[in-house]
Amino acid sequence: MRWRLEIRDATPLWLNVLLPLLAILATLILCGGLIVLAGANMFDAYATMFSSALSSKFALTETLVKATPLIFTGLAVTIAFKAKFWNIGAEGQLLTGAMAAAYVGALEALPGWSLIPLMLLAGAAAGAATAIFPAYLKTRYKVDDVVTTLLLNFVILYAMTALLDGVWKDPISGYPDSPDILSAAEFPVFLARTRLHLGVLLAFIGAPLVWFVMKRTTLGFAIEAVGENAHAAAFSGHKTSVVILASAAVSGLLAGLAGVGEVGGLHFQVMATISPGYGYTGIVIAMLARLNPLGVLPAALFFAVIITGADSMSRATGVPVFLADVIQGTALVTMLIGLMFTRYRLRWQRVVHSVQEM
Amino acid sequence: MEILSQILQVGFFAALLRIATPLIFGTIGELYAERAGVLNLGIEGIMMFSAMAGFSGAYFTHSLWFGVLVAVLAGMLGGLLMAVLCVSLGLSQHVSGIGTTLLFSGLSFFLYRLIFGQPSTIPVIEPFRTVNIPWLAKIPIIGPVLFDQYALVYLAFLIVPVTSWILYHTPWGLNLRTVGENPQAANSAGVSVAATRYQALLIAGMFMGLGGAFLSMAQYNAFTFGVISGRGWISIALVVFGQWSPYKSMAGALLFAFIDALQLRLQASNMIHIPYQVFLMMPFVLTILAMALVSRNARAPAALLRPFRKEER
Amino acid sequence: MTTTAPLLQMRGICKYFGSVRANEEVDLTVTPGEIIGLLGENGAGKTTLMNVLFGVYTADAGQIDIAGTPATIRNAADALHLGVGMVHQHFHLVSHHSVMENLLVGQPGRWGQLDRPYIEQRLQEIRSRFGLEMNLDDQVRDLSIGQQQRLEIIKALLRGARLLILDEPTASLTPQEADGLFDALRAMAAQQMGVIFISHKLHEIRAVTTRVVIMRYGRVTATVVNDDSTTNRQLAELMCEHEIVAPVKASSTPGRELLRLVGICTAGGLRPALQDIDLQVHAGEILGVAGVSGNGQTELADVMSGMLTPLSGQMWLDGQVLRKITPRQVQRQGLGRIPEDRMHTGLITTLPLSSCMVLPRIHEHRFSRFGVLNRKAIRQFTKEQMQAFDVRASGPDVRTGTLSGGNLQKVLLARELAWDPTVLLAAQPTRGLDIAAAQFVHEHLLRLRTEGKAVVLISEDLEELFALSDRIVVMYEGVINGRMPIAEATVQNVGLLMAGITEAA
Repeated sequence: MRWRLEIRDATPLWLNVLLPLLAILATLILCGGLIVLAGANMFDAYATMFSSALSSKFALTETLVKATPLIFTGLAVTIAFKAKFWNIGAEGQLLTGAMAAAYVGALEALPGWSLIPLMLLAGAAAGAATAIFPAYLKTRYKVDDVVTTLLLNFVILYAMTALLDGVWKDPISGYPDSPDILSAAEFPVFLARTRLHLGVLLAFIGAPLVWFVMKRTTLGFAIEAVGENAHAAAFSGHKTSVVILASAAVSGLLAGLAGVGEVGGLHFQVMATISPGYGYTGIVIAMLARLNPLGVLPAALFFAVIITGADSMSRATGVPVFLADVIQGTALVTMLIGLMFTRYRLRWQRVVHSVQEM
Repeated sequence: MEILSQILQVGFFAALLRIATPLIFGTIGELYAERAGVLNLGIEGIMMFSAMAGFSGAYFTHSLWFGVLVAVLAGMLGGLLMAVLCVSLGLSQHVSGIGTTLLFSGLSFFLYRLIFGQPSTIPVIEPFRTVNIPWLAKIPIIGPVLFDQYALVYLAFLIVPVTSWILYHTPWGLNLRTVGENPQAANSAGVSVAATRYQALLIAGMFMGLGGAFLSMAQYNAFTFGVISGRGWISIALVVFGQWSPYKSMAGALLFAFIDALQLRLQASNMIHIPYQVFLMMPFVLTILAMALVSRNARAPAALLRPFRKEER
Repeated sequence: MTTTAPLLQMRGICKYFGSVRANEEVDLTVTPGEIIGLLGENGAGKTTLMNVLFGVYTADAGQIDIAGTPATIRNAADALHLGVGMVHQHFHLVSHHSVMENLLVGQPGRWGQLDRPYIEQRLQEIRSRFGLEMNLDDQVRDLSIGQQQRLEIIKALLRGARLLILDEPTASLTPQEADGLFDALRAMAAQQMGVIFISHKLHEIRAVTTRVVIMRYGRVTATVVNDDSTTNRQLAELMCEHEIVAPVKASSTPGRELLRLVGICTAGGLRPALQDIDLQVHAGEILGVAGVSGNGQTELADVMSGMLTPLSGQMWLDGQVLRKITPRQVQRQGLGRIPEDRMHTGLITTLPLSSCMVLPRIHEHRFSRFGVLNRKAIRQFTKEQMQAFDVRASGPDVRTGTLSGGNLQKVLLARELAWDPTVLLAAQPTRGLDIAAAQFVHEHLLRLRTEGKAVVLISEDLEELFALSDRIVVMYEGVINGRMPIAEATVQNVGLLMAGITEAA
């Protein structure tokens, strides 16, 4: 008797929901080992982590604020991966979006009321352009998209620090951060004494909107077809390059908005640490959400809790704050392993060796 | 003229070889994986992890070579994870690689902080010294450039011809290439596709480990979070640039190192008033351009990115 | 009591894929000097049985004896070690390696190096024993299909195969090349080797085998000693339950020209280049395109489908010249297309059936407005088409890949015929289908003909071409080197043209 893998005809719905939960559970148990290694109590550490992010109304709103860029990058990765455009560059696209927003938001020549819409537009356009470039290289010159999007992240990061160290450097304090945006450009907050800004709202509207685009429009239909089998999609008359470029544009646009939100709603300027890797976390979120835009919301909230909670946990228990990074990596790996069970199922099977004597 | 005189110095070429060394390790490692049909995007994290592990090993035992051994084992651990994900489980190589990189980078930071805490001065080791090869090192110009280098530099340039010989002249190398081109053909000739890919990924991890070890134990004397800073990704680009050939990949690494050494000189010379970040990004920009130039005609191993499952229909 | 132990004895072999019983209690014996014909429809379990024997699959039950000793075959290495060699239907060769490298794979080295002299020496032996020759320095991608097959056979012999399995070996050979293959097989049998020859071509089975084993639904249903009294009809009846009805072709007079290709040329490189292809097809006509695979038929289909841009030449559909030959343009101008590879080109197996059904027409008003899908209309349409073409599936939302080959082809037919094309391009439309499904396809092609449409039928199956076509053209190395009305076509003269031999007058 032995275990064997069999191909499933269809993935049952319960599995789609259960799988991410099991992956998270497995991740927390595995990373619990590291907490023990660090000399802390696993349950205490996790309790601190989750309670600090969820226990008070303010903490809860802060988690929502933290989740906002993650929702955007998660959606960005989702839409790109659906088209098999391996956009690992959400990080860079977020940064260009942030820079564009910081630039526009500080323009005194513009009328005050136009600043916020223009920041959104500029940030989205900057993010989209940043993603279209590698997509163009992929469709036109067959350049591997993973490598180019990754390398571009470095290029953009250096460009940004050059700006921060150069023209944007604070002339008085000498801090490497950009000038503050005008007060008219600051995102409105829609709940008093919290930081729940316009970007949070946009993120939570964005997820169902992206879901609608993916599931109910011809663009989403074409993206899925091209992603599943570009050759067959082309045979049926879909222009695969255009579809890939479109998905890259939408993906970059969403990542760009993540940057706009951070500038307009939170920091009101660009500084070197504006993104602690939100773009990469977006990949984990998208995979955990099984590339379902609605699934991005809970997945992003989970990682928002992990990231905000890790700080308090670290302070309380002495476990290095980088546990949050390990959790992200582990979650991606466990989810990947789990994904196998959507295509295959394990079955216990008897093997009978019927030896007949002659 | 002044720039030229800056460049044409012994120190410049010696530095060039040192810059190329971790890239050659990374590139040759990645080459083994890709020739067997597995794109190892875990390279960045694996190099990071082995740089950390090697440094820690050397720090506590005061033995640099023990540190190298630890780094190699750490690299192989990363290769093993990739193998389990992409070979045994047949998962997407893209996402498995990103997962491996995220996990191993995270682990590096976590464990480093766990081991060393947050001291006010960053822990350092006594790094490798150059090995002066008698007689040869005395040759003017060539001597100090080629024969007064770290042991790992010699090793890096040694593994290139060795790899080429293995790939094209040994049965195992032929099996590896066949697995990367047509796993079915290998399988029906009695070659285990899974075993070959495991071996390739472990060897790949070993070399990536050496690359990481070189960075934290020879190039620098400490582990910092920016120690790899994209060298893994550049190695992947160099494999494409080098058309999956060991010698051409090495040439790519040297070309890249030349540009990098050049920017360091220019940066240091203060002759041109450009923000230093522009120099830092130059290698990345040039790598993207180089990829655009060669990718269209590049022929990757035919089975790259394709999982192989024997019993499927 | 037999004096010589049988080369192979398989007893009670069972193999399941999920709930599918591919092999059920199969027994098979091969004695030295025998050429066994393994006959059965697609899906009868022939290939699965042989894959079990070669270690590709592990049997769920049963026992295999090789030369009288029980054998455990877990992988190909075990099989090769026991003297079992296999030539797969799709060759297991590395096209970017040399012949030498393909023969060296999996061989032990000498002093750690590749042992080239050993291969040269063994090749010499094989040449003298079986008359099989090969140039070791050639690149596999430059070899013809027949040469590649010879390389596969040499690969097996070089590893000391005493039992050789050939899976559909003649599928892409000219009749003459097939005869050459049969000579080699007889030479092997004469030297006390065993051969298992898988096919569903009755005349070949009768021509070369000594004994025929017939499989149906995963079981061995009959064994027939092949002698002069064996007839095609007898084998056919044993092979399938339903009667084989030859397609009935009503008389039809060709009407106006619906499709015209003028001077189509394509770039070469890895694929054969088309040179100056001219074709006309008229209303009420089926044009058959014959040829050994790899002689440009795939490229011709790709050009007509808009998947391969020609260097020069024109394409006319229904009297109008196409400005650009793209998938979208040819569809718009009324060309329906059944591609050669339905799993990877025609359909997207991971998507729901309804998505595949509307894939080329999603932008039509009935399926989407202002970019928003009308899901109800899509499902409704899919249901209607499933009914009309008798597609057996649980519903429009089922994943396409779960359908059987015959049903997939029906989906493609349903999709392409739904828009009433004036010309249908059908590339290998019955490859891999069982007889019932193939008949279904044939009926539809003939129906289009009677309705006054034009059909281009590209096929490697001469019987099919002869039964359906009004005219036949033969392709050889990217050129049309022969055209004739069906009345003048014989297996002999088409076969020669397929081999590139043009008779002088």
